Amino acid sequence: MEILVLVKHVPASDASIKVAADGQSIESAGLSFVLNPYDEYAVEEALKTKESKGGTVTVMTLGGAETVKTLRHCLALGADKAVRIETNGKNTDGLATSTILANKVEELNPDIVFCGKQAIDNDDSQVGPRIAAKLGWACLSEASSFELTDSAFSGTRDIEGGKESVEGTLPAVITCDKGLNEPRYANMKGIMMAKKKPLEEVDATPAEAKVELVSLTPPPPRPAPTILGEGPDAIPALIEKLKNEVKVL
Amino acid sequence: MSKIWLTFIEQREGKIKKASLEALTLAKDLASSVGGTVHAALIGDAVQGLCSQIAEYGASKVFLAESPDLALYSGAAYSKALAQAARDSQANFVFASHTAMGKDLLPRVAAILGAGMVSDATQVELQGEDLIATKPVYAGKAYKTVKVTGQPFCLTLRPNTLPPKENAESGEVVTVEAPTKPFLDFVKEILAASTDKTPLQEAAVVVSGGRGLKEPENWKLVEGLAEAFGPGIAAVGASRAVVDAGWRPHSEQVGQTGKVVSPTLYIALGISGAIQHLAGMSTSKFIVAINKDPDAPIFKVANYGIVGDVMEIVPQLIEAIKSAREA
Ligand SMILES: Cc1cc2nc3c(=O)[nH]c(=O)nc-3n(C[C@H](O)[C@H](O)[C@H](O)COP(=O)(O)OP(=O)(O)OC[C@H]3O[C@@H](n4cnc5c(N)ncnc54)[C@H](O)[C@@H]3O)c2cc1C
Ligand SMILES: Nc1ncnc2c1ncn2[C@@H]1O[C@H](COP(=O)(O)O)[C@@H](O)[C@H]1O
Repeated sequence: MEILVLVKHVPASDASIKVAADGQSIESAGLSFVLNPYDEYAVEEALKTKESKGGTVTVMTLGGAETVKTLRHCLALGADKAVRIETNGKNTDGLATSTILANKVEELNPDIVFCGKQAIDNDDSQVGPRIAAKLGWACLSEASSFELTDSAFSGTRDIEGGKESVEGTLPAVITCDKGLNEPRYANMKGIMMAKKKPLEEVDATPAEAKVELVSLTPPPPRPAPTILGEGPDAIPALIEKLKNEVKVL
Repeated sequence: MSKIWLTFIEQREGKIKKASLEALTLAKDLASSVGGTVHAALIGDAVQGLCSQIAEYGASKVFLAESPDLALYSGAAYSKALAQAARDSQANFVFASHTAMGKDLLPRVAAILGAGMVSDATQVELQGEDLIATKPVYAGKAYKTVKVTGQPFCLTLRPNTLPPKENAESGEVVTVEAPTKPFLDFVKEILAASTDKTPLQEAAVVVSGGRGLKEPENWKLVEGLAEAFGPGIAAVGASRAVVDAGWRPHSEQVGQTGKVVSPTLYIALGISGAIQHLAGMSTSKFIVAINKDPDAPIFKVANYGIVGDVMEIVPQLIEAIKSAREA
C-alpha cells in the first residue's frame, strides 16, 4: 500500500507570537519550529497502517529549505522517504497550497493520504478536504478513530454533542484529530537511519491564491482583569456581575 | 453591486443549527449594505418544511436538495449538491458556519468551485467592492485580515460571533438536483453523546475544570456548577491535563488540540491558563477564573477572578447561583 503523509513545519504551540513592525508577518527570531501537532497523529497512523498492511510511507511538505528538519524528523519516526516542494517564498492560501499539493498527490498516486485536521499556524482546516474534492476522492476529516479494510475505510469524527461514524472507499484523504492514536517518539537508531533516507526536492507547479494579505494584528485586547477577592467572600460580587453584566442569571 | 450571497443552512435531524442562522444574518447584513441578494441552501431528507423558517432570516430563495439518500451527512454528496446550488444561484459568496459539518463541507465546495476560502472568520465587512475578512491565526495569538481577490469565494464564520436576526424575505423554494448513492464517503450513524446534554460548542455557558480539581471524583463540582445555570444553558469542558490523565474524554477538551468555544461566559476552575488552553476559549465574551494561585496566567485573560480553593468556593457558588435564579 502506498501511503502519503502531508506534514507542515510550524511554530511550536507554546511559542510566543509577535507581529512584526511591518504588520504583514510575525517575528521569526527565536521561534522554534516543529512538526504540526496534528500531523504527528497523521504520521503515526501512516506508520501503523504500513505495519499492518505493508507498503511505503512517504512524507511530503510544501515549504522552504528550513522545513527539511521536520521532514528528517518524520523519517526518523519511520517514514521511508520524503518530498519537499519548494514554494520560492511565495505566500500561498488554502486554495494554492492544496492545488500544488493535489497535483503532486496525483502524480505520486498513493492509495491513501493522511494529514492533520488543521495547521496550527494559519488554523485553516482546508487542505485535506480540498485535496480530496479536487481529486474526486473520499475524505474523512477530523478522524478520532480509523480502520482500514482492503479498499474501504471506516472511522469516527467528533460533532457537536457526539460523534458520527463515517465509511468510504479508497483512495481517500484522512485528516487526523488528537485522540486518534499515541504518536511514537524518534529513537537514536531512527535518527541515524533518517540521514540516509531519500529526500527529493522539487519545484511547485504554479497556482493562484484568491486572497491578499491586508494585515496581521495582535489579538484584540481583553478588558482589564478584575480580581473580585479571595475565597468564598468574593461570591456575592461574582453573582452581581453574572446577573447584571454577563446576564446569564 | 448586485452580488449574491448563498448561505448553507445546516440541519441535523430536521432541526436548523442556530450557528447557520448566524452566518445567514451576516450575509444579510453585508448584502443589505450594498443592495445584494441573499439565498440559502438546504440539504437533507424531507426538510422542505424548514424553508419558511429560513425565509424569516432573510433568504429570498432557498435552494433545496432533498432525497432519502441525503438523510445523513455525506461530505462527498453534500459538497456536490452545495456546489450545484452555488452555480444555480450564481453565488459570488458561499457562507457557512465553522461547525464540524461546515469545516468538512466548505473546503470541498471551494475545491469543486476552484474558489478561495477564509475559514473560522470572526469579522467580515465590505470596503467598497471588496470583501475583507479577519480570522484568528496561531491559535488566536494573532489575527489575519485578508482581502478577497476572486469570486466565487467561500467563508466559514466562527459560531457565536453575532446573534441571528429575523428579517423576513419571500424564501422561494428552488429545487437542486440531489446526488444519488453510492457516495464516496458517508455518515453511517450518529453516535450522540447524550441528547439531554448541551453541546460544548453551542452552550451559552461553558464550565471547564483542570488539574486543580485534584481527583476525578471532584468533577461533580464542575458538573454541579454547569447544572446550576439551568437546563440547556451550560456545558462542561476540560483542560488537556485532565483529558490526558484519563478523567475526561477528548471530546470535552478545550484548547488548541481540542474544541474552540466562544460562549457568553467561560468559567475556568483550577486551570492555569496555558497558552494552548487559551487558544480554545479566548474569544469568549466573559471569562471567569477561580484559581488558588494569584499569578496563574488565566487571570490575565479573565474579566473576573477569584483567588482561592475550588473545593471550598465552588459548592458555595453553586448554592448562590441557585438562589439567585430562584429569586
Ligand atoms: C502541542 C500541545 C497542545 C496542547 N493543547 C492543549 C489543549 O488543547 N488544551 C489544554 O487545556 N491544554 C493543552 N496543552 C497543554 C497545556 O500546555 C497545559 O499543560 C494544560 O492546559 C494544563 O492543564 P491545567 O491548567 O488543568 O493544569 P495545570 O497547568 O497543572 O494547572 C492547574 C491549576 O490549578 C490550580 N489549582 C490547584 N489546586 C487548586 C485548588 N484547590 N483550587 C483552585 N485552583 C487550584 C493551580 O494553581 C494551577 O494554576 C497542549 C500542550 C501541547 C504541547
Ligand atoms: N504547506 C503544507 N505542506 C504540507 N502539508 C500541508 C501544508 N499545509 C497544510 N498541510 C496539511 O494539511 C493539514 C491542514 O492544514 P490547513 O488546512 O492549512 O489547516 C495540515 O495538518 C497538513 O497535514
